[in-house]
Amino acid sequence: MVRLEPRRQHSQAMVYLSPVLAIFMTLVVGGIIFAFMGKNPFDALYTFFILPINNSYGISELFVKATPLVIIAVGLSLGFRANVWNIGAEGQLTMGAIFGGGLALYFHDSESAFLLPAMFVLGAIGGAFWAAIPALLRTKFNANEILTSLMLTYVATLFLSFLVHGPWRNPEGFNFPESRPFPDAGLLPIIYDGTRVHLGTAVAVFVVIAGWLLLSKSVIGFQLRVVGKAPQAARHVGFRQKRMVWFTLLLGGALAGLAGLFEVAGPIGQLQPSISPGYGFTAIIVAFLGRLHPVGILFGGLIMALTYLGGELAQITLGLPNAVTGLFQGILLFFLLACDVLTKYRIRFGSTAAKGRTA
Amino acid sequence: MEWLVPFILTVITASTPLLLAASGELITEKSGVLNLGVEGMMLVGAIAGFAVTASSGSAILGIVAAVIAGVLMSLIFAFLTLTLMANQVATGLALTIFGIGFSALVGSKFVGFAIEPLPGLSIPGISAIPVVGPILFGQDFLVYLSIAAVFGVGWFLAKSRAGLVLKAVGDSHHSAHAIGYSVIKIRYLATMFGGAMAGLAGAYLSLSYTPMWAENMTAGRGWIALALVVFATWRPGRLLAGAYMFGLISVMQLHAQGAGIHVPSQFMSMLPYLATIIVLVIISSDRAKIRLNAPACIGQAFRPAH
Repeated sequence: MVRLEPRRQHSQAMVYLSPVLAIFMTLVVGGIIFAFMGKNPFDALYTFFILPINNSYGISELFVKATPLVIIAVGLSLGFRANVWNIGAEGQLTMGAIFGGGLALYFHDSESAFLLPAMFVLGAIGGAFWAAIPALLRTKFNANEILTSLMLTYVATLFLSFLVHGPWRNPEGFNFPESRPFPDAGLLPIIYDGTRVHLGTAVAVFVVIAGWLLLSKSVIGFQLRVVGKAPQAARHVGFRQKRMVWFTLLLGGALAGLAGLFEVAGPIGQLQPSISPGYGFTAIIVAFLGRLHPVGILFGGLIMALTYLGGELAQITLGLPNAVTGLFQGILLFFLLACDVLTKYRIRFGSTAAKGRTA
Repeated sequence: MEWLVPFILTVITASTPLLLAASGELITEKSGVLNLGVEGMMLVGAIAGFAVTASSGSAILGIVAAVIAGVLMSLIFAFLTLTLMANQVATGLALTIFGIGFSALVGSKFVGFAIEPLPGLSIPGISAIPVVGPILFGQDFLVYLSIAAVFGVGWFLAKSRAGLVLKAVGDSHHSAHAIGYSVIKIRYLATMFGGAMAGLAGAYLSLSYTPMWAENMTAGRGWIALALVVFATWRPGRLLAGAYMFGLISVMQLHAQGAGIHVPSQFMSMLPYLATIIVLVIISSDRAKIRLNAPACIGQAFRPAH
């Protein structure tokens, strides 16, 4: 029989090792799944995880895809530390794109240098506004933020669909459900010629550094760490739970909104019914993969970005359905959570556990 | 009045998957386990039911497969949270993400397949009675099962000894353990029941509600079922009322156009989600009621201290 024995202290080595172990186990299971689907597992894994990044353009695309994931995950991780479960980042991303993108559409013949910064601000406000609803409902009415933030994701997606099918449809388009293209002044500058790497990628790096400073140097960062590790103690010392809910949801929402704006003002360049392949949900996995730490999230974001690129490539070259990406992401999160147990417990083999049990 | 019968019929069919999934989750939560993976379990149940029905031609086999698929999904969750003591919220999310991907992968071969919808009950003479006939005696058996499940769950929790033990485990796992009940085993069983019912709910969607497979065809119904359990304050009777109220709201969009109400379809589609938020707020703000009815140990890991 296998049993778990609590460690006196969390194993520091396992904190770093467990994500690596989880990735390795995901690859093994992934190989088995590919074999079941009649593909050579080594070819398939190579196509999925190596081929996308064996050239410089591929690597630049990795940064493009990692950008929204990292920005959103840093915001979410702060909440997860304090047991605030914002899982509606996808909706906040959409609202950020609507707010910031709406400004670009309103000033569609503008050449002003102020347009882009104003879009940044509105994008962040849009996301924060959408996250403020679950914050208000949780603090005022005790409503579970998991369910409210998720329900609001459906509402935001439908609202975007309404806008691009109706009032914001491109009057010069061919009745496609798309907005006008944003003016040049409303597009993110490319920071590396010949690629799609845009200003948002630089912002993502900044967000990681700022998140790390916030967590390690600020009072609220200290409070977040304590609330996560010892909620009882935090309550006794008088940390205000409500303030924590507001802070993490607003910040997480603002970052998700900014990420959404970066998508529409960057790679997409207009509003359309679908603006994200589930970045808001994948960012949840990124946050855990990075062990809720901003620097870890940077690496986690790159790894999850690779699953998107690999999925696209596997679809084209191997004819695998795109859903493989989601499957990999789910399996990885399972293994991450399972391996986490190693940081808190030692695994013992033997049957001594049966002793002393009455039932 | 000729619109009334079709209207009631669509309300019943829209309510059934919610009722099935929510009555399973109610038992899971009563044992102190919060499984947020209902959406994922429903999707895997839906594709398992559809794939087996389409391949074998037998809807019964399909439904059995959906139940097994739901149980297997719930076992992943149970192993991670109950045996390895992983965080229940995160594991539930993982189960949903996995379920979306897995069902889409398996389902990619079945897009565009057509199957016969589940046959409705047909009692000669009686099912043909106007109004009452089609509503009460013309449904498929999963509809009757969903009603039976609510009453069964209600009886189990209120009257049976096993139900009492289940509630004890959910309210105070340390006491239940001290008396000699196996907390982990009971929670495994409760989680598996939730998985089986979510699988059935998925099968109802892909075999009866819309007899086809489409990626993500649950469209958030798993999450609405979770909200329904809170709405019902963990009481089966209110679950029945809540599920039918949600069924009513979600079919309003189908009938609004016919009734000459011209609101953009997207706004009508928002109604079930907005309604979920509103009822959550109304119910949750009564903190005393939540505290009285919610399982006290919900979401907490249990490790026997010998």
